[in-house]
Amino acid sequence: MLGIEDFYVLLAYLLCLLSALLCVVYGLINWNRGEEAVLEEDVRWVEEEKEVEEEL
Amino acid sequence: MLAQSLGLIEIIVVVIYMMVIGYLGWLGYRRTRTATDYLVAGRKVHPFVMALSYGATFISTSAIVGFGGVAGMFGMSLLWLTFLNIFVGIFIAFVFLGGPTRKMGHHLDAHTFPELLGRRYQSKFVQIFSGLVIFLFMPLYAAAVLIGGCAFIASQFGIDYNTALLVFSVLIAAYVIVGGLKGVMYTDALQGSIMFVGMIVLLVFTYVIVGGVVEGHRQLVELGKNPNIFGGIGFQGWASMPKFGWGAVEAAKGPNLDGYNLWWIVISTITLGVGIGVLAQPQLAVRFMTVKSRRELNRAMLIGGIFILIMTGVAFTVGSLSNVYFLTKEKVEGKLVSVTGVGAKSEWDWVIAKKERGLNLNPEDGSKKNPAIGPDEKAVPCQLLHLDTSGDDEADTHLIFKGYGGAAAITPKAEIEGLAKGGDPKTFVGRQVVVHPRATAYMRAIVKNADGTYECKTSRIIPYYIRSAMPKWFGLLFLLTLLAAAMSTLSSQFHAVGTSIGRDVYEQVTGRHGRSIGVTRIGILIGIVLAVIISYLNPGGGYIIARATAIFFGLCASTFLPAFIGGLFFKRITRAGAIASMIVGFSVTAFWLVFVKTSESSAIGLVQKFAGGKSSILADSPNWPVVDPILIALPLSILTVIIVSLMTKPSSKEHLADCFHK
Repeated sequence: MLGIEDFYVLLAYLLCLLSALLCVVYGLINWNRGEEAVLEEDVRWVEEEKEVEEEL
Repeated sequence: MLAQSLGLIEIIVVVIYMMVIGYLGWLGYRRTRTATDYLVAGRKVHPFVMALSYGATFISTSAIVGFGGVAGMFGMSLLWLTFLNIFVGIFIAFVFLGGPTRKMGHHLDAHTFPELLGRRYQSKFVQIFSGLVIFLFMPLYAAAVLIGGCAFIASQFGIDYNTALLVFSVLIAAYVIVGGLKGVMYTDALQGSIMFVGMIVLLVFTYVIVGGVVEGHRQLVELGKNPNIFGGIGFQGWASMPKFGWGAVEAAKGPNLDGYNLWWIVISTITLGVGIGVLAQPQLAVRFMTVKSRRELNRAMLIGGIFILIMTGVAFTVGSLSNVYFLTKEKVEGKLVSVTGVGAKSEWDWVIAKKERGLNLNPEDGSKKNPAIGPDEKAVPCQLLHLDTSGDDEADTHLIFKGYGGAAAITPKAEIEGLAKGGDPKTFVGRQVVVHPRATAYMRAIVKNADGTYECKTSRIIPYYIRSAMPKWFGLLFLLTLLAAAMSTLSSQFHAVGTSIGRDVYEQVTGRHGRSIGVTRIGILIGIVLAVIISYLNPGGGYIIARATAIFFGLCASTFLPAFIGGLFFKRITRAGAIASMIVGFSVTAFWLVFVKTSESSAIGLVQKFAGGKSSILADSPNWPVVDPILIALPLSILTVIIVSLMTKPSSKEHLADCFHK
């Protein structure tokens, strides 16, 4: 298949394609899932991170 | 001189590119478009931008030029690494680690990877130790990225490696110091897009050159059946897995201890070392903290998986297929400047091949017969053609015309158009010639070292392929691809180096919180200097890029992964458990690299004093000297974290509530 005779190399080739496909499918299915509210601690975290960035 | 060799157009394009990157950086600065600003403002960052930015940080010249070159040597078995890159590095990382890392980072107000570990375990030691490991070893990985970029620049523009290193380092340093550290998402995303386009074009052209997907693979299978320089360590063709097994291979001339080595190199060092190590990469883990919610991770995965496929998948496939091109299609046109290595044995040329490991010249029977020119350098006896392809009367391309003795079967037999079989190539000296090198990718990548010796350099396989097989304009696109790949990764690496010594070590040791900016900057500078020195000392021989990357990834996995994952998911993991596992993971890896794994231990040079001049304390045992430390250190580190945690008191309920509350 695909000109590759060795089973394990062919498997690796196909698994690369399938795992990329898995990422696409997962991304599409969960496109609108997992939204989280921004908490006070998130804002605090970001402010400190920003401070460090600015100084650098 | 530099302007002459680089060409005006190339310089203009690079300058324009740098200006665009600079402009985007400035725009980001002015409009505050860094990752954190998105969070502050609660604005939406486009998932493609997040994914490309993560991918551009993940993938560097090390993966494209370094590991792509290794695929040119060893073939498509490297695709197992691509599979792990996607499945572990993207899918597992985004689905399972991203959310919890972000949450715990915010709960504990941690801003660096060592700080996250340190606060989770309420331990200054954990933070300082992690900071030191990153500060001391990240420059090794940064050097791998630099070497990859320099190998390409040197080859593409015919300048020497040191000049390329100087130019590249100045470009990178300017970028990193002027503003690359701010992690402006649009800059990273632009770099990711350039990488994406560059690699797609490379893939399409390559499959067209070799006659299509199926035909290209079929030819690779056929060509892989010929005797190969790596036959003695288990190579079975570029489209086959290496010979699998453990122990000595019985051969006509006695047992060959190295007969299964290649499988262990490809699987343990290259695939597992790098494939698993990605989960504990400090510069990638902190990226999760800058994400607004799990939803952004879900969305980013869509493009993330494809991006990695197009990066490493293409690099490894093209690296392997370059053998079809070099062996059957390549023509080198130029003036034959000289022919050397003709006559008595004392006159032969010796091309250094696989500097770190013995090579086998009797692939048919699997026995060893190494003509060594130095204690650690193995070389192939041959006759060389030296061609000038740029028109400056200086030989810039060195091709093997034929090999001598046992090397004849595994060396290329170049053909000069117009020269009869068995004819004397010297009669063509001074004339314009067309040569068919008929070389494998590895034996085509010959470089003349500063000391006058010749060496096959894995890091030159992809650059030579681009220069020879691809249209000239692509060289420029690829240069931008590699600049982008290098800059996006290096800036995050040096950022991690700086904060690890400033925030994690200096602040923790002195207790002067929030006053480490000066130290951080000095740390970044030291990191850059260290990386440049390592790159200067290792101009891409053997497969140094892949190895340096694997060392760092493996070290991170064994030292941090059990404490990191344990800390994220299990309340029962204790401070003592984490500390013990980090020390065990680090020490076992260090011990293995210094005393057991030949390629590293022989370079470090300490083991010879303890092992009677041998380069590994297990030099007489089959396969052990090529097994990667991750196979030993990671399991021990995992066991340690479990056993010690079970034997010690868990953290207080209050602290655990701080870490894990919803």
